[in-house]
Amino acid sequence: MSVLLVALGAAVGAPLRFLVDKHMVDRLLRSTRLSSPLPWGTFAVNVLGSFVLGLLTGVTDQTVTLLVGVGFCGAFTTYSTFAAETTALAASGRRAAALLNVVLNLGVGLLAAIVGAVLA
Amino acid sequence: MSDGGLPHRSERSELIQLQSLGVVALGGVIGSLARYGLAEAFPHGSGQFPWATFATNVLGCFLIGVLLARLTPRSHPLLRPFLGTGILGGFTTFSTFAVDTEKLLHEHVIVALVYFFGTLAAALLAATLGEWTGPKR
Repeated sequence: MSVLLVALGAAVGAPLRFLVDKHMVDRLLRSTRLSSPLPWGTFAVNVLGSFVLGLLTGVTDQTVTLLVGVGFCGAFTTYSTFAAETTALAASGRRAAALLNVVLNLGVGLLAAIVGAVLA
Repeated sequence: MSDGGLPHRSERSELIQLQSLGVVALGGVIGSLARYGLAEAFPHGSGQFPWATFATNVLGCFLIGVLLARLTPRSHPLLRPFLGTGILGGFTTFSTFAVDTEKLLHEHVIVALVYFFGTLAAALLAATLGEWTGPKR
């Protein structure tokens, strides 16, 4: 049952991240060749997902935790794409953009988790 | 534009988009279940360093580096959505990283800071090392 709940949450979270990213930012491969804005799609999902998981602070219902927390929020947010986009920015010589991407994701992501936990 | 056997370019790209959504969902489920399994196998107590999530994120960042270094314009169009966006995107997590840090800030500030900046440093290093394994660099 636990496995099914995580799978169900992930089956919604991962494609939703893909849709947000597709419709908000340049793809990584393009951003490595052209000067383009920051990877805002990954930023958006990480901040939103951290806020929602923060809201679940104190929730003891295992169904909600597994479905929304582990499954949906876990799959909706991503560390791997964030890291890859950051190193791609740095490798293409856009070090200030890479640094800004790190500061924004970590700073606003953590702030979103804190705000979510406070509101919970 | 021919109205022969092959679908038009726009129809083909729409089909790829739809198929991408499917493989991202499938990959996301696989990656998330692997993350869940690791978290269940190596739980961390209150105020302790979240080793399972740390290892998951660092490993996933290494693997996305390996993947991106090997993708070429001739790679199958569903390979990156399935392995990168799906499996590795579902495997790694930012939300648990952020919320675990938030909890640790109340329990053990030093561990929280080491976890927060340690994950960042290890993840960026892992992604770079992963890219170095590829033929492009």
